[in-house]
Amino acid sequence: MSPSVPLQEMIRAIRSARTQCEERGVIQRECAAIRAQFRQADNGGRSHNLAKLLYVHMLGYPAHFGQMECVRMIASPRYSEKRVGYLGAMMLLDEKQDASLLITNSIKNDLSNSNQYIQSLALCTLACMGSAEMCRDLAPEIDRLLRASNSYIKKKAALCAVHIVRKVHDLGELFTKAARSLLTEKNHGVVHGAVVLITELCERNSETLERFRKTVPDLVQIMKGLVISGYSPDHDVAGISDPFLQVRILRLLRILGRNNEGASDAMNDLLAQVATNTDSTKTVGNAVLYETVLTVLDIKSESGLRVLAVNILGRFLLNNDRNIRYIAMTSLQKIVGTDHNAVQRHRGTIVDCLKDQDASVKRRALDLSLALVSASNIRSMMKELLSFLSSCPPELRSQTASGIFNAAERYAPSQRWHIDTILHVLTTAGGDVRDETVPNLIQLITNTSELHCYTVHKLYRALLSDISQLKVWAPCFFFKLKNVLSAFKPCTYMSVVQVTEDDVLDVLETVLQSHMSFPSTRGFALTATMKLSTRITENVDRIRSIVSIYGSCIDVELQQRAVEYNALFKKYDHMSLFCSAAICIWMHLNNVQSAGLSPPLCGVSQVCDLLDLLGGSEQPLQPSPALGSTAPPMPVSTANTVGGDLLDLLGGLEPTPITPGLTFRYIHTKNYRNRKRLTVYEKDGVTVTLSCEKQSDSGLTVTLTASNSTESDIRGFTLQAAVPKSVQLHMKAPSGDSLPARGAAKVTQMVVLNNPNKVA
Amino acid sequence: MQFMLLFSRQGKLRLQKWYVPLSDKERKKISRDLVQTILARKPKMCSFLEWRDLKIVYKRYASLYFCCAVEDQDNELITLEIIHRYVELLDKYFGSVCELDIIFNFEKAYFILDEFLLGGEAQETSKKNVLKAIEQADLLQEVHSVLLQFSAL
Repeated sequence: MSPSVPLQEMIRAIRSARTQCEERGVIQRECAAIRAQFRQADNGGRSHNLAKLLYVHMLGYPAHFGQMECVRMIASPRYSEKRVGYLGAMMLLDEKQDASLLITNSIKNDLSNSNQYIQSLALCTLACMGSAEMCRDLAPEIDRLLRASNSYIKKKAALCAVHIVRKVHDLGELFTKAARSLLTEKNHGVVHGAVVLITELCERNSETLERFRKTVPDLVQIMKGLVISGYSPDHDVAGISDPFLQVRILRLLRILGRNNEGASDAMNDLLAQVATNTDSTKTVGNAVLYETVLTVLDIKSESGLRVLAVNILGRFLLNNDRNIRYIAMTSLQKIVGTDHNAVQRHRGTIVDCLKDQDASVKRRALDLSLALVSASNIRSMMKELLSFLSSCPPELRSQTASGIFNAAERYAPSQRWHIDTILHVLTTAGGDVRDETVPNLIQLITNTSELHCYTVHKLYRALLSDISQLKVWAPCFFFKLKNVLSAFKPCTYMSVVQVTEDDVLDVLETVLQSHMSFPSTRGFALTATMKLSTRITENVDRIRSIVSIYGSCIDVELQQRAVEYNALFKKYDHMSLFCSAAICIWMHLNNVQSAGLSPPLCGVSQVCDLLDLLGGSEQPLQPSPALGSTAPPMPVSTANTVGGDLLDLLGGLEPTPITPGLTFRYIHTKNYRNRKRLTVYEKDGVTVTLSCEKQSDSGLTVTLTASNSTESDIRGFTLQAAVPKSVQLHMKAPSGDSLPARGAAKVTQMVVLNNPNKVA
Repeated sequence: MQFMLLFSRQGKLRLQKWYVPLSDKERKKISRDLVQTILARKPKMCSFLEWRDLKIVYKRYASLYFCCAVEDQDNELITLEIIHRYVELLDKYFGSVCELDIIFNFEKAYFILDEFLLGGEAQETSKKNVLKAIEQADLLQEVHSVLLQFSAL
């Protein structure tokens, strides 16, 4: 066919443009010329113009003004114009455009044209971009062509019918009979089209599937013909006779044999024959084998055949060609659930594929390896997975880490091994560990109390050596800090390394100052430093200085914390123990809440923590009342107010959901359930007790009684209280404002609290 | 098959055949993103990849990348064979095909593709038959254009 000279000239002109700007200029000129030509009457160059436009369109420039021209060209009697017109329609029009409906009539006419090449143009276009309406209109025509035309048209009509069925499922009924008869044709193209059509029909409709089961023997016959027959030059590809048709037939057999014993039996022999005879040196052979394996694994095949199939996959795994290994692993992934043992035999090869260069292969190998982990091979698999983690591409890291955690959780042979594994993962890829896994880890470490010191030692060492992976395991570390100092001295597992308080503080300071730390990490570090103040006896000043630096930090969260902690230092020295306990609980619950774990669970553990912190006694807590201080806006104080506590203790006797928030501190211990009268303050001879009475569902009356056991009177004594915002407080007048000496008389004050929102 | 793209090493599209209804804008976006992804891959890597929710099969022949997006149930290895068959057809037709042939005769590349694939599926499994059909169609076009010239005289 002679080339279109005007087209080629234009292409040359565009390609010779040296800059984008120049190219645009050339194209604009050309498009203007084309537009002018379109408006003119019919001339000989219409097809050239449209071809030029299509080239411009392919470069990415707008070409919608060519749509009507396409419609006109399709209607032209000249073949050259029709050809380009239909090409334009396929490129410029899609079914969403209105112009596509205009060509329906042309297509209809062309389908009945005497010339088969014109018919084929119409069929091709319909199959490529036919909309549902067009399909409905033209379906009878296609059916007619399926029955009575030459094989050139029949094969195209079959694929056109496939498209129609995909667009309008109901029309499948129309083609069933014709499809059946096409199977008996000699022409490979027609048979191929028929097989594709039948596959489509069976996938859509289970009744049709039942009907077509009868064709299994015919299909087996055709396949046998292909496999056994001698060399056929027309269809041969590297020694395989018509692999495209073979693959399609195998796919159809898969659908027909699924869940059906009879059909599966009928194809057993054939599948075995194909599996053993097909030459697997070239990709073609492997393509056929692959399809065979998929079919064998999907139908109700006998066990011998299944073993054969899995062995073929095993052979694929050892193939040098990366593509083959990839698809082998994809297939094994599908059957790892059902034929687990068979796949286990190839575990070695799969694990080797983890070291492959290609990322897709690595991903597949990872999925499969994680699926193959079991109690018996956990140790060796974990070794491989951990070494993979250190060298794997970044996009796979978080998946690997989660997979390792899951596997470790399910099959860990010992606690220590589990913790070792977790620590290893954290040190190698801490930054990629998903946030949801963190609470689980914390929980795990919390539960293995006997290994606390071991864990902490390892974390400390790791933190010293590499500050970069801080994000995730900082929280783990810091939550366990209260055990740090006690843990550092006696430790059975590791060599005794004398770690002083200064060392720990050094580490924390480094964390705080490192530019690689996230704000959340810094927050944790700050809290940890605070908590340390309850344990450390000598370096409290250092802690204070560290904390106060952050009082002017840019980050709001850090600044708030630092300021709060500073206030704690200044005002509640004696309460430091309590405060840190409160913070500890709140922080823990806060984080746990946000991680979605159930609060009551943690409530119980918090009790233990708290009591442990205070020396493990059943003494009542000494909440400091807001005596002598007004309630500042700082949230810290509200926790230590009488009102707040009372509500917590008595208004919320049932475990209620804990709402995290800075203005809220919740101390929930069982001790207070039974006490009606408790001593809340006892210092320097002044004792304050309170007793409560529940008035209503949301109201509470508290009676504060103050007495003085010192030698002198106390004058100007006032009680003040602050409560959370959702609670209303009403203080009645006190009975007096001086406390006579030696408990001669008491001052009482009534406080009415109302908790309309039932805040716990 | 959902679509087939041919593009050069510089990312210029030489042929795009879409078998699914998508707007121009969507097509452009998919082409751009996919081309970037494939060009970023190293030479020895696997020919298959999962991109968005599609299975992509691609192969490089000299300076051109042939890339197909297939459905989940499709056999990737046979898709590689389909790509290879198309290259063979182009080669036979143009006689030792190179990228320039496809640039300057893009409409013929489309015609050949349309004789080999229909609606995303292979329609003719014999190389000889495909080439014969194209030859005949070309002849028809010649005859028609000669007739046209005669009638214009």
